[in-house]
Amino acid sequence: MNDVIIRTEGLKKHYVLGAETVRAVRGVDLVIRRGEFVAIMGPSGSGKSTFMNMVGCLDTPTEGRYWLNGQLVSELSDDQLARVRNKEIGFVFQTFNLLPRATALHNVELPLIYAGVGARERRRRAHEKLDLVGLGDRVDHRPPEMSGGQRQRVAIARALVNDPALLLADEPTGNLDSVTSEQTIVLVTHEHDIAAHARRQVHLKDGIIEQDFTNNKVETPVP
Amino acid sequence: MLVYEIMMVAMAAIRANVLRSVLTTLGIIIGVAAVIAMVALGEGAQVRVEQQIQRMGTNVLTIRPGQQYFGGIGRGDTQMSVDDAVALRDDSNGTLEVAPEITSRIQITYARWNTNTQVFGTWPEYFEIYDHKLQAGRFFNQGEVQGRRRVAILGYNIPENLGGQDPAALVGQTIQLRGVPFQVIGVLEEKGDAAWIRPDDQVFIPISTAQYRVFGGRDRINAIYASTATPELLNQAYGEIDRILRRQHRIRPGEEADFNIRNSADLLETFNETNQTFTLLLAGIAGISLLVGGIGIMNIMLVSVTERTREIGVRKALGATRRAIMFQFLIESLSLCVLGGLLGVGAGIGGASLLTRLQQWDTVVAPESIVMALGFSAAVGLFFGLWPAQRAARLDPIVALRYE
Repeated sequence: MNDVIIRTEGLKKHYVLGAETVRAVRGVDLVIRRGEFVAIMGPSGSGKSTFMNMVGCLDTPTEGRYWLNGQLVSELSDDQLARVRNKEIGFVFQTFNLLPRATALHNVELPLIYAGVGARERRRRAHEKLDLVGLGDRVDHRPPEMSGGQRQRVAIARALVNDPALLLADEPTGNLDSVTSEQTIVLVTHEHDIAAHARRQVHLKDGIIEQDFTNNKVETPVP
Repeated sequence: MLVYEIMMVAMAAIRANVLRSVLTTLGIIIGVAAVIAMVALGEGAQVRVEQQIQRMGTNVLTIRPGQQYFGGIGRGDTQMSVDDAVALRDDSNGTLEVAPEITSRIQITYARWNTNTQVFGTWPEYFEIYDHKLQAGRFFNQGEVQGRRRVAILGYNIPENLGGQDPAALVGQTIQLRGVPFQVIGVLEEKGDAAWIRPDDQVFIPISTAQYRVFGGRDRINAIYASTATPELLNQAYGEIDRILRRQHRIRPGEEADFNIRNSADLLETFNETNQTFTLLLAGIAGISLLVGGIGIMNIMLVSVTERTREIGVRKALGATRRAIMFQFLIESLSLCVLGGLLGVGAGIGGASLLTRLQQWDTVVAPESIVMALGFSAAVGLFFGLWPAQRAARLDPIVALRYE
């Protein structure tokens, strides 16, 4: 049980749009263990974005329960969820979502600010992660002054800076596993060749799991 | 520590839009400047009034004839005569210094110059009551009052008004009051205005001379001034004067008196109240401009929240609580307003000193008004920043992240 990072039970999300109720996620049971690298796939409208929002604690389910790292998070308040996101989850957004006016260093520091980490420690850890992604010499650059790849690496450094248990990535184009060590990685993608990096693929369709299989051909970097 | 970080973020947001921030705070700047300048003006007038009370004498009572009612019908102004003043002087056992006053505006001429001014018929005691000093010559004495002598003492401005004469050289010269020749025996030192009284523009002559040689046999006098040795004795003097004048005018106790006794402070109180009302009115107008400024702040904060929706989404996704977001935007509007307030205080002090320099209006910038204006602008920042900040704090992170 200790090595389970994500456990969902009958997770459902309904939206009311006018007179119509959209059942975006219609009951997902999923268990993801520590260290797993999982790709969530599915066509648009499959409910994978909604599902990922709930996994990322940005949204709460209409029905069902969700444990993240042993904590029942499906019934937490907004501010409690904010704290869970801060401590347990690192996001790499599709468009990176860096603050354009802030330096790379400040962008990476952001999660630590909300975690209440002191300025000096914050700077040290942000520098460390920027070194890790190979941007140690770009700490004072702002996102508009960087290339797309560099921006993505800043985003990855930011996602890792608080040493979260779970890394969530949306359509990543680079290799996440080269810079992560013990994180569980869940990524959302359309691209089959990106998904092929992942050992396990979960296919969603019409709000339920259509396929869930482990790809043995993928080589695990560390035995 | 988090507070410091959030303040830095807020400051960075203000710095990123310097022009917009300054334009936004213009309302606050003008409002605060207006408050500071107006209150300074009011305070200045206040201080001036206090000086005037000092100048008019804090130990002086003014007795004027009042309306007398008989069966509900006014009998018109009652009479007061020199006899009343004599009675006050002789029956008060030397506790009162008394001087009657009869006054009129008339033409005075000297050689080829002439001017129109206030001529005061009075007793020598008048100069003691109001502490007038001579720069040349001498005062007239009681003997000259008895003898209806044509002697005059000029106020400080009179030599200047009569063709810029040398005051000392005027002593001994003959001037004419409504055609009647008078010998100048003295010129007073500068006294300064006291409310509506301008002693520097007056000419003083013995009251008997005024009554019978200039004003054409007028019995009725305008006022009697009485002073006590110290201001503490005023209350006692009230009773004394009331008693003596009632006897003089044969008014029984309980009946309404046909004269008013007032002290200088009373006279100026009305003036003071008007002044305060005026200050309040001006401060009110300034307050409204602060309010309008606050609405401007709210407007720009709403724009700022909308513009930065995505940033808010990112911050929330990375773990910012509602409070942290709310705090960030509140600090931003608070800083805008306090910054505007500080600039406004500077502009207000500058404006007040400009008013003093250009218009010779007295202004006193009270520290309380600075504290009050800053406090008020901070309150405006908090109040008008609250709603935009709440809007920011309540944003759904998913919606905010998707915002283009």
